[in-house]
Amino acid sequence: MAGISLKGLRKSYGTAHVIKGVDIEIEEGEFCVFVGPSGCGKSTLLRMIAGLEDISGGDLTIDAKRVNDLPPSERGVAMVFQSYAIFPHMTVRENVAFGLTIAGASKEEKEAKVAEAARILQMEHLLDRRPSQLSGGQRQRVAIGRAIVRKPKVFLFDEPLSNLDAALRMDMRMEIGKLHHQLGATMIYVTHDQVEAMTLADKIVVLKEGRVMQIGAPMELYHNPANLFVAGFLGAPSMNFLEVTVQGVTGDKALVSSPVLAPIEVSAKRGPFAPGARAILGLRPQYLSVAEGGQLSGKVALTERLGSETVLDIETADGKSLVAALAQDAVFPIGTPVTLRFDAEKAHLFQPEETASQPH
Amino acid sequence: MASKFTRSNRTGFLMAGPAVFLIGCFVILPFLFAIAFSFTNQRLMSPNPTEWVGLSNYEALLGLGTLTLEPEKDATGAVVMEDGEPKFPATRSFTRGNPDYPQLAGMREWFSFDHGGSRTFVLARDVVFMTAVVNTFLFVIIVAPVQAGIALGLALLINQRLRGINVFRAIYFMPVVVSIVVVSLLWRLIYDGQSGLLNNLLSAVSFGMIPQIDWLGNPDTALGAIIGMSIWQAVGFHMVIWLSGLQTISPTLYEAAAIEGASKTQVFRYITWPGLRNTAVLILIVITMQAFGLFAQIDVMTNGGPLDSTQTIVFQAVERGYVKKDISGGSAISVVLFVIVLSISLIQRWLTREKS
Ligand SMILES: Nc1ncnc2c1ncn2[C@@H]1O[C@H](COP(=O)(O)OP(=O)(O)O)[C@@H](O)[C@H]1O
Ligand SMILES: [Mg+2]
Repeated sequence: MAGISLKGLRKSYGTAHVIKGVDIEIEEGEFCVFVGPSGCGKSTLLRMIAGLEDISGGDLTIDAKRVNDLPPSERGVAMVFQSYAIFPHMTVRENVAFGLTIAGASKEEKEAKVAEAARILQMEHLLDRRPSQLSGGQRQRVAIGRAIVRKPKVFLFDEPLSNLDAALRMDMRMEIGKLHHQLGATMIYVTHDQVEAMTLADKIVVLKEGRVMQIGAPMELYHNPANLFVAGFLGAPSMNFLEVTVQGVTGDKALVSSPVLAPIEVSAKRGPFAPGARAILGLRPQYLSVAEGGQLSGKVALTERLGSETVLDIETADGKSLVAALAQDAVFPIGTPVTLRFDAEKAHLFQPEETASQPH
Repeated sequence: MASKFTRSNRTGFLMAGPAVFLIGCFVILPFLFAIAFSFTNQRLMSPNPTEWVGLSNYEALLGLGTLTLEPEKDATGAVVMEDGEPKFPATRSFTRGNPDYPQLAGMREWFSFDHGGSRTFVLARDVVFMTAVVNTFLFVIIVAPVQAGIALGLALLINQRLRGINVFRAIYFMPVVVSIVVVSLLWRLIYDGQSGLLNNLLSAVSFGMIPQIDWLGNPDTALGAIIGMSIWQAVGFHMVIWLSGLQTISPTLYEAAAIEGASKTQVFRYITWPGLRNTAVLILIVITMQAFGLFAQIDVMTNGGPLDSTQTIVFQAVERGYVKKDISGGSAISVVLFVIVLSISLIQRWLTREKS
């Protein structure tokens, strides 16, 4: 087990700068999730930590030791790949024991460690099969088994569940969560799925185009996103964004309004906001409720009953759409005029995207 | 059912027609003719009518016999010595007009071995053909593993991401593109006994210690020289097949192995080699078949000589059929070769089958 620290990490392929200076501190035993849209550099960053890509700049330390120039095998990491990367011509037993075989472990040691890994992952009955006789979920178990037998300090997962179907993905997600508690090892997990990020992480790192957008605990990011990108990325359905004009600023509060929104005072901590400037008001669907005398009004355009909640798509007077997530038994025929209320405390005011301050 | 099949496929049959016709004319028909001729006394041009002769062509090719003789003894019962060796009766006295040994009539000595004072002579009806069979097998047994091994080595070398690697790929592949006849002519210069490239090179690196060798003119070196040149010529072809096999192995497997700390030899043993299984089977079968067909190099470089030391099965077939105009004898050789190659391919397939 070990803490990991990334300081000003960079990666370029020729003139293409893929990782543009990333600083992350990961505590020992922490479950850290890198999340971001496809192509933002998550895999590249993970592979730099693993030693599969060289580091163009910055420092990578594992367990207080700079490992920039160490080969993968000397970094004490194990990795689980999206494509499983299990050896097709070996049995499950041989696959799981691979790291031990390489290290020249004795037969008894291999038997014992493979048996333990198989017990943890509940795959004792699969040990003598070949990979071609396994389902996707079972293959991923084998890959995880191969990672845990060597008792590495750090586990790296690169979208391990992306190739699985939805039901299996949920099962495996829970198993990986349990595994983390059982082993207590440091884990870094890459995904583009915000649900995986929210459910598994102790710490989420949101990435965009090779830069860190925000780092924090899942609920901290959910309740307090640092910028429009993080606000829009986390949470389902995603946050509503309303274009507003700043009417005036007093202390850390700003008075904002729009053609469909009467002036309202909200927190302006992501400033500075100047009177007369454009800004974006973010409202989570979960914090909108249908009530008499609400601040926003519109017509119901679509109702989706998900069982646990009902999602309303509401068209406002200026033709924009707002999404509200309501209790499961709320029923509204299409076309019903409604007014929506929200708590000013729960609203987030952002700089418009182009002027949003970005770290680095 | 059948009519529907033919009707709906009429266009398909039409399109395949020309190819089927050509393959029929130039592959299938000659193959059937060869089998038929091998049972007749057909000659390339002959005024006599063709006669059915059964297996006599095969008997003439494959006929073998043994003869065990005691050394000659003089009046006192002592072994007669000649040049420091015991003297044996001439085999000729048994194979020429000896009514006691009708089965040996017309045979010649192929080789002999001594045991307990007596000597066993192995006689063959066609010693040249037997030499050709031995040479061909020797060629296959040496070329198949060596060529496959070198080709794999080259493929591993050029399968790296290095600047200018394509230049090397092209260089190694170039001999394959050049006609084997041209290559053979060039190598005749390299192997030349007086001022050949190889002799000059050897004498330069050994400061004149290694004498000039007439590589193709010496029965001890001629087959070796042809083997070396043949390996060089086709190694690029098999390298490309290995390379395509190497590139089907997923790079993530190598990354997984790197993270587990596998050394280069371990990576080869646990990932590369198992991943090349099917390619290896293919290459082994292709090289074996090609090697059994050894002809052009012989025809250009040695004509089977010196002293029949580079005779091969196909060279014999051509020599018999076209030079000696004994088309039925040549056909019999082709059929024998066909049976040999078919059996070896079947054995190889059985040995390398997927064990589950
Ligand atoms: N070998 C490479 N050469 C050039 N660009 C690359 C290479 N590998 C990845 N990239 C680029 O780096 C970016 C990040 O890739 P990646 O880390 O795989 O994204 P993610 O895993 O977040 O989807 C992408 O825009 C990709 O095009
Ligand atoms: Mg990726």
